[in-house]
Amino acid sequence: MAPIVVLEPGLLSTIQDLGREGHGRLGVSAAGAADPAALRIGNRLVGNPEEAAALEMTLRGGEFLFEGPALIALTGADFGPALDGRPVPLWTTLEARPGQRLRFGVTRSGARSYLAVRGGLAVPPVLGSRSTHLPSGLGGLDGRALRKGDVLPVGDARGPCPMRRVDPDMLGRLAPRRTLRVTDGPQAGWFAAEARDLISRAGYVVTEESDRMGLRLRGAPIMPPFDGEMMSEGVSLGAVQIPPGGQPIISFVDLQTTGGYPVLASVISADLPSVGQLRPRDEIRFVPVSLESARSLLVEQEEWLRSGSLLAT
Amino acid sequence: MSRASDRSLLVSFGARISIEIHARVRSLLRLLDLSPLPGIVDLIPAYGSILIRFDPLRLDHARLEGHVRGLLARREEAAPAEPGIVEIPVCYGGPFGPDLDEVAQIRGLAPQRVVELHAGSIYHVYFLGFVPGFAYLGDLPEPIVCPRLRSPRRSVPKGSVGIAGAQTGIYPIDTPGGWRLIGRTPLLMFDPRHDPMSRLQIGDRVRFAAITPERFGALEEEWRRSSS
Repeated sequence: MAPIVVLEPGLLSTIQDLGREGHGRLGVSAAGAADPAALRIGNRLVGNPEEAAALEMTLRGGEFLFEGPALIALTGADFGPALDGRPVPLWTTLEARPGQRLRFGVTRSGARSYLAVRGGLAVPPVLGSRSTHLPSGLGGLDGRALRKGDVLPVGDARGPCPMRRVDPDMLGRLAPRRTLRVTDGPQAGWFAAEARDLISRAGYVVTEESDRMGLRLRGAPIMPPFDGEMMSEGVSLGAVQIPPGGQPIISFVDLQTTGGYPVLASVISADLPSVGQLRPRDEIRFVPVSLESARSLLVEQEEWLRSGSLLAT
Repeated sequence: MSRASDRSLLVSFGARISIEIHARVRSLLRLLDLSPLPGIVDLIPAYGSILIRFDPLRLDHARLEGHVRGLLARREEAAPAEPGIVEIPVCYGGPFGPDLDEVAQIRGLAPQRVVELHAGSIYHVYFLGFVPGFAYLGDLPEPIVCPRLRSPRRSVPKGSVGIAGAQTGIYPIDTPGGWRLIGRTPLLMFDPRHDPMSRLQIGDRVRFAAITPERFGALEEEWRRSSS
């Protein structure tokens, strides 16, 4: 299919799929879409396998020129997209004609917006994935964020693709959560009971120093059990680390694979897509749940994400 | 074993940095590599632990814990290949190692003695982490053990050789960092286009060889020509 030309890259736009697992022992985290639910739905809307690569934009989107006809879908956060100046809806299959320009503005909701295109973004896969891992310069387009003038190759696709949209009744389930559910982290037992209570009572604000590696929060400090650091160990996606200052950090998709801060809690898998939609200054809360609930919430989410009734014609 | 999250399990062997504890980490790592359980997506070894990441839709904690217990109970250890020694050329001091003199001063040694001690040991690669390709090497000879900087540098140049506590390591990319820098290597430690991406792997043995600034320049030039 004809490529897409980057007229304006936006604030931070990268090519992402569902990530590259299996290289943690080299210090390389998985990367992948910050909101994988939005990426998967976008791919379904254009008839791609759900792990196809798409464009992830952050807080402010760019402007893109279609050199040929394309089927696209816009999902995730609303950056006020317009095709040749006419506003277009999210969560639906759209047709772009050759020469049309798709322009995004700034966020109206959420942090990350996705542009999925039929055929997928066909940059060469690196170690089995097209995801951009910014800390190592791996994957995507030369391992970096998009620049003005970049040309995004689009893969081939065969057969018809129906025009569909996400069932409006299901859109409510896609609204990002501001109350993140957490299970105990490996060092939860090291913290005093008051510190453990604090994380579920106090609200936290997402700071400007938040990115794909981690979200730095500000709020009531949680006193770590001792000064300094512990011996480094592997860090899970969604781990709520407590550095010496007591301001929590949620480790995210480009995380450092190992770390020496105690981990008080871990965001459950079902709520990780919501973490990808948090913006600086958003207020969040944590609520503890059991591992059993975490599992059933994920299974439930997976069922509706995969269900045929998610998409309507 | 600790259920670190709804998609990971942390297996810990001890909260000390020691070759014996690390041998158990490497042994389990090898056994997991040889007997993979479907649903395991990544293994992250460290000094005294392995974080096992899994797909929670394909695997659960109970089954994974059973698998790990089975592997730990095996008497026969998967004998890791005897590692060769990787030699890393380093230009010590001056602009290459801006903290060398301070380390010497803190430990009451001549700078040249710090270099001799650092380059005179064989180090063990405990694990890679922090940033892609950053190998944690130990153990540093006691006379040059030194705490990390009180406030980290905003940017440490790629190839810098640092020390912190009983550890030493090489920064594979330009990154902020708090280790004391005593030298720099012209070698590329991490290259996503190369297989393997990292020059050092867990379990490798490493020796540093002191080189002159002229040799540093020549090696750097050689490297640049061969990679372009």
